[in-house]
Formats: sequence, C-alpha cells, structure tokens
Amino acid sequence: MPDNLPLLSLIVWLPIIGGLITLAAGDHDSTGARRIAFSFSMANFFLMIPLYVGFDTSTADMQFVERTPWIDAFNIDYYFGVDGISMPLIALTAFISPLVIIAGWKTVQVQASRYMAAFLIMEGLMIGVFAALDSILFYVFWEAMLIPMFLIIGVWGGPNRIYATIKFFLYTFLGSVLMLIALIYMRYQSEAGSFAIPDFHALKLNMTEQILIFFAFLLAFAVKVPMWPVHTWLPDAHVEAPTGGSVILAAIMLKIGGYGFLRFSLPIAPDASMQFDWLIITMSLIAVIYIGLVAIVQEDMKKLIAYSSIAHMGFATLGFFLPFGIHAAAVDDLSGAALAVEGGMIQMISHGFISAALFLCIGVMYDRLHSRQIKDYGGIVVSMPVFAGFMVLFAMANSGLPGTSGFVGEFMVILASMQSDFWIAFLAATTLILGAAYSLWLVKRVIFGEIRNEQVAEMKDLDVHEFVVLGSLGVTVLLFGVWPDPLVEIMHPSVDNLLRHIIVSKL
Amino acid sequence: MNMSDFSLIIPEIFMLVMACIVLMIDAFLREDQRDVSYLLSLAALIGTAILTWMNPSDGRVVGFNGTFVTDTMADVLKFTIYLLTAAIFVYSRQYLRARALFKGEFYVLGLFAVLGMMILVSAHSMLTVYLGLELMSLSLYAMVAFNRNSALSSEAAMKYFVLGGFASGVLLYGMSIVYGVSGTLDLERLAGYLSIQQSFNAPLLLGMVFIVVALAFKLGAVPFHMWVPDIYHGSPSAVTALIGTSAKLAVFGFFMRLLIEGMGAMQYSWQDILIILSVLSLAIGNIVAISQLNIKRMLAYSAISHAGFILLGLAAASPEGYSAAMFYTVTYAITGVAAFGIIILLSRKGFEADSIDDYKGLNVRNSWYAFMMLLVMFSMAGVPPMVGFYAKLLVLKAVIDQGMYWLAIVAVLLSVIGAFYYLRVIKVMYFDEAEDRSEIVANSGMHVVLSSNALLVLLLGLFPGTLISLCLAAIS
Repeated sequence: MPDNLPLLSLIVWLPIIGGLITLAAGDHDSTGARRIAFSFSMANFFLMIPLYVGFDTSTADMQFVERTPWIDAFNIDYYFGVDGISMPLIALTAFISPLVIIAGWKTVQVQASRYMAAFLIMEGLMIGVFAALDSILFYVFWEAMLIPMFLIIGVWGGPNRIYATIKFFLYTFLGSVLMLIALIYMRYQSEAGSFAIPDFHALKLNMTEQILIFFAFLLAFAVKVPMWPVHTWLPDAHVEAPTGGSVILAAIMLKIGGYGFLRFSLPIAPDASMQFDWLIITMSLIAVIYIGLVAIVQEDMKKLIAYSSIAHMGFATLGFFLPFGIHAAAVDDLSGAALAVEGGMIQMISHGFISAALFLCIGVMYDRLHSRQIKDYGGIVVSMPVFAGFMVLFAMANSGLPGTSGFVGEFMVILASMQSDFWIAFLAATTLILGAAYSLWLVKRVIFGEIRNEQVAEMKDLDVHEFVVLGSLGVTVLLFGVWPDPLVEIMHPSVDNLLRHIIVSKL
Repeated sequence: MNMSDFSLIIPEIFMLVMACIVLMIDAFLREDQRDVSYLLSLAALIGTAILTWMNPSDGRVVGFNGTFVTDTMADVLKFTIYLLTAAIFVYSRQYLRARALFKGEFYVLGLFAVLGMMILVSAHSMLTVYLGLELMSLSLYAMVAFNRNSALSSEAAMKYFVLGGFASGVLLYGMSIVYGVSGTLDLERLAGYLSIQQSFNAPLLLGMVFIVVALAFKLGAVPFHMWVPDIYHGSPSAVTALIGTSAKLAVFGFFMRLLIEGMGAMQYSWQDILIILSVLSLAIGNIVAISQLNIKRMLAYSAISHAGFILLGLAAASPEGYSAAMFYTVTYAITGVAAFGIIILLSRKGFEADSIDDYKGLNVRNSWYAFMMLLVMFSMAGVPPMVGFYAKLLVLKAVIDQGMYWLAIVAVLLSVIGAFYYLRVIKVMYFDEAEDRSEIVANSGMHVVLSSNALLVLLLGLFPGTLISLCLAAIS
C-alpha cells in the first residue's frame, strides 16, 4: 500500500459513493442493489486492515493526517486524522455497517435500494465525524448525519414514526446549534485563526469562557449520548426505527456524544470540566440507577434495550469525568485516571456490539411475530434453540457477565471510581444488579417459560443471514471479553496524553 | 461625462435594446409563435450574462457624473440575477401556457424588471437608486396582476401597488430630507459629508429612519412585512419566484448602496434599528410559518426569517458582515428559485400546487424531484452539507466577531424553530401516502435546469470556498 494514499478520505467517501451508486441502481433489481451495497460496506471494512496495520500504537500523535485548505477565506481545512480515541470507534462503525446491511437483506422489501444507500451514506458520515480534525468539518458531518437517520426512521419506521423522527431531529439540532457558536467563538480566540481542533486544545481560556463553552458542548453531547434528563428522544426513536436504524443509533450514534466529550469538552475546557465533574458524575449515576430501574418495568423489548443503552452510556460518561477526582486523591499516579477513561471507552465499544446484537435479536423475533411486546413471547427456546443461545449470551453480556466484553468496561470504571470516592463506586456497582435484573428477566420471560401461543411454537430458527450477523457479534463480544488488550493498547497513548493535558490548568 | 462612460453600461444598454426588440417582434407574432419571444428573452438574459462575464469590473469605476458605479459586488449580484431570472423563465413556460398567460408582455416586463434591478445594484446617486427601484417595482406590479381573471392575483397586485407606492413615498421623503441637509445626491459625497458630521443632527436622523423603513419594506422585514404573504400567495407562482429571489438580490444591492456606502458613517444610529428589525423578522417569520398550510405563504414567512438573517449580517456593520449578508442573499436566492421551480412544476392546468398537502407522497410519485425539494428544504433549514448552512455560519461568524453573542444565540435558537416547518414539507413528501397520483410532466429544458439548480445547492455546500472568497472580495 503506497504511503501517500489518503486512506481516511477513502474510508469516509467510499461508502458515500457506494450509497449513491446503490441509489442509482434503484429497485428494478433490488438484489443487485443489495449486492452493491454489501460489497461497498465490506470493501470499507477491509480498508480497516491497512489502517490498523499502519497505526502506530506507541504515539499519541494524530496519524494518517490529511490536510488541505477547504474554505480558504476562513482557514477552514479539509483535515482528517486518527488517534487512539477515534480509531476504535471508526473500526466499530466499519464493522457494524455491513452487519446492518446483511440484517436488512430479506426483511426490508420496501424501497430496499434506498434503505441500503441510506445506511452506506450514514456510515461514511459517521466515520467522517470521528476522523475530522477541523471543527467545522466535524460539525458538517455531525449535522449531515441527521438527514439519513431522519429519513430512515420516517420512511421505514413503525406507526408513530413521524413523531419520533421529528423529535429526534429537532432535539439533536437544538442541542448542537450552541456548539456551533462555541466553535466560532473559539476561532476568534485562537491565535492561528483556524478551526482546527488541535489548535482549540491549546487555547488559553479564562474560567468564564471555559464554563460557557463547556455547557454549550454539554448540551450537544448530552443530547447525543443521551444523558438523563435529555434522553427522552431515544426510546421514541428506537421503538419506531427499523431494526437497522436502531442498531446504528445505539451502536454508533450514541458513541459520537461520548467521543465529543473526549475530543472537545475535556481538553478544551479542563478547568470547567473539573469544576463541574460532579454534575456529569451525578447525571451519569442517575442514568445508571434511575434509568436502569425504568428499564426493568418496560413491556416493549425495544424500549427496554433503549433504556438499558442510556444506563450503559452513563457508565461511559462516568468514566470520562472520574479522572479529576482520582487525580485529586493520587496526584502523581495517572494510571487510575487512565483506567477510568479507558474503561469508559471500552464500555462504549462493547456496548456498540452488545446493543447492536440485542436490537438485531429483537428484529429477528419481530420479523416472525410482528410484535415487540414481551407478553406475546415465551418459550422461544423450544422453537428457536440456536437463536435462544445467542439471545442468552447477549443478555448476559449486557448484564456484565465476566468473560464478555460487557464486563471489562464496567469493571474498569467501578475499579477506578473506588479510587475517587467509595460512594460513587457503590452506586455505580448497582448496575451489576440492575443490569442483571432487566436483562435476565427479559430473557426469562421471552426465551424460557411456557410456550405462550401457537405462533411462537411455529417460529423458525435463524437463517444463514441472521446466523452470520449474530455469530460474528457473538465472537467479538467473547473475544474482547477475554482479551481486551488490543483495544487498550491502541487507546492507551492517546488517553494518557489527554490526561496529561487536562490535569494542567489552563488558567 | 465622456464616451468611455458608456462602456460601463454595455450590459444595461444591451438589456434595454433586447427588451424593446422582444416588445416589437412580439407584436407581429401569431399565437403559436410565442416561443420566439420566450427564446429571445432567454437570449437577452444569457447575452447580458456573457457581457458581464467578459467584462468584469476592474476595481470600482464611477461614471456618468457620479450616478453609476460598477464593481465586483454589482457584477456578482447582476450575474446571479440574470441566471436566476433565466431559470425562472424556463420554469414558467409550461405554467404560463397552461393558464393562457404565455404572452410576450410577461417576458418584456420581466426583462424591464431585470433592467431595473441592474440599475439599482449599480446606483451611485439617490436619483439612480430611485430610478432603478421604480423600474423594477412597476414591472413587478404589472406582473403580479398578470392573471387578470384571478381575484386573488388582482387583489395581490393592488396591495403590492398601494403599499409599494407608499414605501416609495417614504423613501423619497427620507431622501429629500437627507438631500436637504447634505446638499448632495451623490452617495460618495454624501458619505464624505456624513463622515465629518460631529454632532447630533435630528433632520438627518429623521431622513435616515425614513430610508431604513423603505429598505425594510422592500426586503420584507418585520414590522414592514405585511405585504409579503399576500403577494407571495396571490401572484402567479412564476412571478412570486421573481419577487422572492431576483428582486431580493436587487434589494440587497439597494441596502448596500444607500445605507452602507452612502450612510455608513451613521452606523451607530442605524445598527440598533437593523438589530431590532432582524430579531423581529427572525421571530415572527419562523414562528408564524409553522402555522401555514399553504406552501407559498410558508415560503413567504420563511423569506421574512431569511431577511432577518440578512439584516443580521448587515447589522454586524463590518466588511465581513456585509459579505456574509451578500453570500446569504445570493445562496438564498439560488435555493428559493429551486423551491419555486418545484412548485411551478407540480402545478398544472387549473391546479396550483400551493397547499403543503399537495406534496404528499411526492417521493413515490417522482423521487428525483422529491430529492431536489429535500435538498432545498434542508438548505433553507441550514443543515449541512447544504449551502444554507454556510450562509448562516458566515453571518453568525460576523456577528460573533463583533461581540454580539446574544444576538447569535437568539438567531440560532429561532432557526431551530424554523427547522420544524421545513421538516414538515419533507415529512409530507417522504412519509405520507400520495393522494394525488397524477403524473408529473416536465419538459427537458425544465428538467435539466431545475436539477442543476437544486444540485447547485448541494455543490455550493460541498465547495463553498470560491463563492465566499468572491463575496469577500466584492465588499472590501
């Protein structure tokens, strides 16, 4: 592979171009269109190999940097690069997208080529968000992402889809406009006069500026994550979205909020982050406990998983804002702080796999029975033993069973929080009970027990497509559960660098 | 004045001659030969565009004893006006045919309106400003009334005429006071005079306020916006497109010449007025648009809110703000023409596609045009990667640069409200079942022009750099 190949651009634009080709192919030959879409998403997945091989895990610098002027007049650049924080998320996106396309292979019959195209375009835009190092470029991808998602929920969604999709769009749109103002403001403070994110990191900002910027970002990212109390759009969007939409939403779009905290809030406004870390920690703990309790009482499976996503993402944000407390307790040692942030990152990646898998499982059941209500199911293990195996595995992973990837992140965050404050650790650890409660009770009611009705008895077990999708997710969940080192290795230098940056006051 | 002055107005002369030729020839055409006038009018616009393109202004040149000026800003605005008007002519052909309005006079009046716009954006004296404005407005009054059998159209024309005449009166009154105080009509000399005024000067202030009122009226800013929804609704869609887009560009030139270049020294007096006008326009425009069921009225209120953004750029009172406002106007006009193009396309004999419900299921009826409308709506809502986002970005940037943070925050929050009604159009097109399943017919010319028009909205969004640089260069 030649050195000067713009690998990141390729990874961003290839799916978008593929999406346009799929659109052009149209629905006359929908199998053809599906094949085109699948080939592009797989090609993009294979492009991750040179990215991974070429990635240097010994440095925290941005790698694969591409920088050319885009809007000359304002120093806005077409500026891409990856580090240990964005790399795993890009890989996650490239891994999940082909699965979504396979999962929609048979189930989506209405306007199939457009469905596939929308997901390919989404994939490119989401990778663009992670790869962009110019804040305006980031914002363009961040907002553009809403367009395909808006259409995916609105066109292929459930009965109440219009309400859900407009709520989703407006919520996110409202959240992000203040971020735009913060970005423009920082551009005028920066001596270089550029919108580049690394330049923003170096900005000297006083406390008032930091606090305002911190809250502008918080609104944008908290809506995206979503954190309590701005989470209400998520259950609606999840319930109404088609399976693929839910998967992308849970597995990747939520992570963009978490990524935003690491890329923007913490390094740009470290002092404000330190001053308000209690706020984020409180919001995260409320998400873990209160939303966890809310999840238990859900009767709709998708809603249950949606609430469980909010609770799990609470762990990620908790991990990201623990370092200040840990650093205050042990000044010279950054390893505890690194444990917290890396735990949060791993939690995000692992939740990407697990939530995707659970939504796909619900999709599998929904395709057969056209119901998402828990009470309509029961005894699936008899008619669909293979599926039941997968479902139990993913539910266990969701509740944080050791040996699955769900355990690693949660355990790291709880361990780290102990160094900060016992009560944070105590409250965070309730997730192990709550997570087990809603996940396992769901499994108990849906998979085991008596066969509820004849339709359940007649349900056919997984076909090849479904098996491939759930199988690859299952392997990944187990693999990272027993061997998370490759992930930690990739992210460690960047996380360490981030921590060294944020413990130094900008004041 | 010397002969070389005439080289400045070659495009204007060409346009005048062509308009007269069309008028003459059309008188001798049979009803089935009307296409000749149509093609000649297109040729006039494209010819003028080529003339402007071939002779770009080399810096700022003033001619005819300081009454006429050419510069890059005038070139950019004029060039956009020609092309957009040509696009409107292409769109309206089928529409006018179906309504028995396909007459030479439509095109002659259109060309004269364009001539008025050209003079307006190149005006360098209050006299030329008024000349251009009236030539444009009178042609547009007549065009609004073009469908004389329609009560709605006649009512709109009457309103437009009376209110427009009133605004002209206010403008004249303001200009006469300013002239009385300063003793000059020449805008450059006026600027020179104002810049040495130290003390508070009540008559001058009064004159300035009158002028701002007239400008706000022509731009359709709150509280001088009452005419906008009725005129948009009542006029034939082809004329609405002209009023809503090409005329907006001319009005921007009107603002720049009279207020910024002429009375820039009074910035501290008019800046606050513009801020108030702008916030009111953003608020009323965006909120009232939500309750509209008629898409032309919705676009009218949306135009009011966009006027608010343009005023916001002007209110920043910095070269960057002016060029941001210019970029906003140019891109808004391009987007608006595409929106009206779709409305015209969906209308057919005896049917104006002006209710939002008429767009139900457009994606199923014709997914290509639904996609075009999607681009346009997202652009108006300011969602990247459409060009409307960069327009808002530039204005916000200019405003923040001046330290007016609250204004920027108010503007973005109101534009979130605005996003709702654009989303609703997309919602009916994509998520609702079609009620009207009649086929959408577009002749090939319209198909090509409309498609490139809407794709331009996306293309300018992916590569906005050139146009931004051009707008910055135009103002410096």
